Amino acid sequence: MSQLPLIAAQGISRRIAHRSLLDDVSIELVPGDRIGLLGPSGSGKSLLLRSLALLEPIDSGQILWLGRPVSHHQASEFRSQVMYVHQRAAPFEGTVQSVLCLPYLLKCNRGRTFDRDWIVRQLQSIGRGESFLSQPHEQLSGGEAQIVALLRAVQMSPRVLLLDEPTSALDSQSGQHIESIVINWLADQPDDRAMIWVSHDATQARRICNSIITMRSGQTQLEEN
Amino acid sequence: MVDYIELSNAQVALAAALIVINGIISVVLRLRIEKMLVLASVRTVVQLALVGLVLEWIFHVDRWYVVIAIAAVMTLVAGWTAAARSKRTFPGLRLITTVSVWASSWTLTAYVLFAVFCDLPKWYEPQYAIPLLGMVLGNALNGISVGLSTFTESLVRQRGQVETLIALGATRHEAAAEPMREAVRTGMIPIINSMMVVGLVSLPGMMTGQVISGVDPAQAVRYQIVIMFLIAGATALGTVSVVYLSMLRLFATNHRFRRELIG
Repeated sequence: MSQLPLIAAQGISRRIAHRSLLDDVSIELVPGDRIGLLGPSGSGKSLLLRSLALLEPIDSGQILWLGRPVSHHQASEFRSQVMYVHQRAAPFEGTVQSVLCLPYLLKCNRGRTFDRDWIVRQLQSIGRGESFLSQPHEQLSGGEAQIVALLRAVQMSPRVLLLDEPTSALDSQSGQHIESIVINWLADQPDDRAMIWVSHDATQARRICNSIITMRSGQTQLEEN
Repeated sequence: MVDYIELSNAQVALAAALIVINGIISVVLRLRIEKMLVLASVRTVVQLALVGLVLEWIFHVDRWYVVIAIAAVMTLVAGWTAAARSKRTFPGLRLITTVSVWASSWTLTAYVLFAVFCDLPKWYEPQYAIPLLGMVLGNALNGISVGLSTFTESLVRQRGQVETLIALGATRHEAAAEPMREAVRTGMIPIINSMMVVGLVSLPGMMTGQVISGVDPAQAVRYQIVIMFLIAGATALGTVSVVYLSMLRLFATNHRFRRELIG
């Protein structure tokens, strides 16, 4: 508790038509945390993760970044540091390389340049050649598209990754590739980075994470270490 | 200097009788649209007769505030119609379409009245102001509703792409850039298409009207050219306006896509 949390949700709630989707949820993420977020579907895991990335409205409570609420001027920078990765990668027109280059076109990354060599090394480590970069993105399999989405996030060196069931609906080999990319990203700066990994696979979560939070009907239930 | 044939009610009735063709087709093919045909015919006659009365009255009264008031009513109706045509709605939609119709059509009509027709005796000359605005409204309305529908539809359909960009740190301008571009392009294409074929495939109503009423075709053509560019400008301005204002409405200031607003 001595460390300033990278992100903290304080008592956040979300209701839709009298149904409580998030009910007074508080969660903190300090550097070095690898939280596994478990729970049955519909328990609010994804919604909590999307709320942390400021992609959902909340009815009450607040989300703090390094101890302060995120003003709308900082929202872009916040999201480029606290990066949310969708459960299913959206298809984009163009080649894999052009899709990997997308973040560099954004104002918040002005001045940064695409590191093709780094990407090629990452691809080689999971057994993909350079030719993968010139494939049309829309024709990738679900697993390949998810790998591209994760590399697109990780290459920007965010401090926090919010991963929404990144390996569900993938074959086991793609799942392993996803895991190793995340583990390499953490290993680069283990004391400075943190992540939340939403999963419905408790074994996987316990393997990768150093703490587990379980959600049930909009509430965080128990925490184990 | 009346160069045209004055039509009597009997002559108009002779033309109106053509509706019998539609009626026979409906009966023979069992289309069951006889009731609609009757209603549509009655509405055509009654609405146009009313417009005739209103126009006569406006010309007779000849006051700037009457012209402005009528123009305002026409604009409001256009704004509401544009909102009503949208398949997907969101709170504030009607205000956005009305503002867009208003800003685009009034600016450009004013430009034509003051700059192009600069030797008009009165700036609000109803004989020019009302028909010009009417034509602009009708066309800008199309661009606005097409642009709006395209924009909301592609936001909903491409939510994954839009939110991926936001999650990577995009501003709302960056995340919505492609849907906005697509919407403005789609909104502007009909008027560009009609500019392509005007005179070849279609003879515009206003120009033919002027020719029938005895205006020198060369002059009628000049009027039509003015109108085409007026309409094109207003459509472009209105479409950009409705798409941009909708973007501001549908994305929070922290760039979050407010999907929950779209119904």
